[in-house]
Amino acid sequence: MVDKLKKQLAGRPDILAINEIIPPDCRVLDLGCGNGIFLKLLEKEKNVWGLGIELSQEKIIESIGTGISVIHGDLNNKLDFADDSSFDYVVVSNTLQEVERPDHLLQEVVRVGKKALVSFINFGNIKTRSQLLFKGTMPETKNLPHHWYNTPNIHLGTIRDFRNLCKLLNIKIIKEIPLGRNGNILARALPNLFAANCVFEISSAKTGADS
Amino acid sequence: MSENLVKPEDFLFGESENDALELDCGKKLYSVNIRYETYGELAPDGTNAVLIQHALSGDAHVSGKHSPDDAKPGWWDEMIGPGKHLDTNKYFVVCSNVIGGCAGSTGPRSIDPKTGKLYNLDFPVITIADMVRAQKRLMEHLKIKKWLSIVGGSMGGMQALEWASAYPDLMESVIPIATTPRLSPQAIAFDWVGRQAILADSNWKEGNYTESDPQKGLSIARMLAHITYLSDQSMANKFGRELQDASSYSFAFKRDFAVESYLEYQGQRFTERFDANSYLYITRATDYFDVSAKADGDLAKALEPVKCHFLVVSFSSDWLFPSSQSEDLVKALLKNQCEVSYCEVESSYGHDAFLLEVDTLGTMISDFLRNRLEAVHGR
Repeated sequence: MVDKLKKQLAGRPDILAINEIIPPDCRVLDLGCGNGIFLKLLEKEKNVWGLGIELSQEKIIESIGTGISVIHGDLNNKLDFADDSSFDYVVVSNTLQEVERPDHLLQEVVRVGKKALVSFINFGNIKTRSQLLFKGTMPETKNLPHHWYNTPNIHLGTIRDFRNLCKLLNIKIIKEIPLGRNGNILARALPNLFAANCVFEISSAKTGADS
Repeated sequence: MSENLVKPEDFLFGESENDALELDCGKKLYSVNIRYETYGELAPDGTNAVLIQHALSGDAHVSGKHSPDDAKPGWWDEMIGPGKHLDTNKYFVVCSNVIGGCAGSTGPRSIDPKTGKLYNLDFPVITIADMVRAQKRLMEHLKIKKWLSIVGGSMGGMQALEWASAYPDLMESVIPIATTPRLSPQAIAFDWVGRQAILADSNWKEGNYTESDPQKGLSIARMLAHITYLSDQSMANKFGRELQDASSYSFAFKRDFAVESYLEYQGQRFTERFDANSYLYITRATDYFDVSAKADGDLAKALEPVKCHFLVVSFSSDWLFPSSQSEDLVKALLKNQCEVSYCEVESSYGHDAFLLEVDTLGTMISDFLRNRLEAVHGR
């Protein structure tokens, strides 16, 4: 079953990278859990106690079918159902750019999670940069398949932008895992230029949760 | 396809002092009958039993027909039956009429064994917890060790929540639909006005009506309640400002509008199948319902013993039991680290959506139950 679930997530290297980090037997909150396959994988492979938050009714129904616990919720609101540090990990995979205020969400994420794993689409990637530079149009890539006028991605930023925001919000970056092509070699050397996506492990600087 | 025929059954208990049903009001109820129906077969390992709770005006007849000539099947027949969302080929389904009701279980129009006459207002005021206590006896009678799930909408959802809080070890899961952990002052207010209509009917006679029952009062109560089950949008969609049987206003106070005609019809039809005293008792039971009362209003604390899985469903246009009330429940359960799923289903049908959004609700219920059954079997 675990292999089957992993296969279903093959198109999401960011989620597979996040999966590598999450230890067994912990509590995970997945914000924007989609069809719930990732939480199911965590439960089956690592005995994780998971909870998903999802806005789309269709995906909630899929998640219930998958057999995970899922709550109807809007990430533009506060995560007021969760107490401070009530989850070991909060996962935000390629969702931050869709919310109205990514800064507010990040603050909530490090409040309710001892740690958080945020995967972030890097708009500073060479592909998007060159489309903008040479074509003079808003970039459209595998990660960003929409047109500028109908995209849900309303707050795109670069890896450097994300780092700056964390600094501003007093959020500690514990780890960065840049994801790119060809074994991530270029992405690791020059993430802001070559990574298509980056997973950040973060925590509130106040809690010292990385100890 | 062969008809899904079902026979209503009765379970009588409480003949002796020891066996009588103790009630929240401090009194005891003797010779208690529970009218119930069952569908499907209890699995040899006993893991497939699902209890369905009916709403205020419902009854034990949830699916199928009593006879092939019946005009209509049970009240949730679209949801429950062989091959349906809640598949009775797979699950053993039980549904019983609440005490205080008027569809076979002991209520105010039953005979008081002490006097040999109708109880009427001598019937003790009952609560949702009393209804559940009586049902627990039925569970023992049916030799069910643990429910796979307890499913209920509206007042049925209240019973489901009460079950989870009173008997946390006796179910794997609970599905409260379009319900609330405590009746709101707005809902209490509607109940109050409905009861006043019955009390004001000269036929009511302090509850001791005989030949002519207080139909006018009961139908007004029902019309009022019916409005709370719909939504502004569903009424606009269904009736608009259409006139009934006329092309212009009557300039009188008889019914002109289609919506008036509909309410009149619903009110009248209700008096044919429901009893006025039962209406008083059951609405009172819902007024008193507050799961958090046992912890001085702290819902999470009151639900601390609860350990089963939850699937909570609300409907976007339900203003009688709005989503915010389901969300209070969900938050309290999450605070206690319960396994809970929650969906606010988009619907324009208002509170009635729980009976109308069958496919959306049915998909969730069948998937949720399948996963619960697999978990019980360790798959």
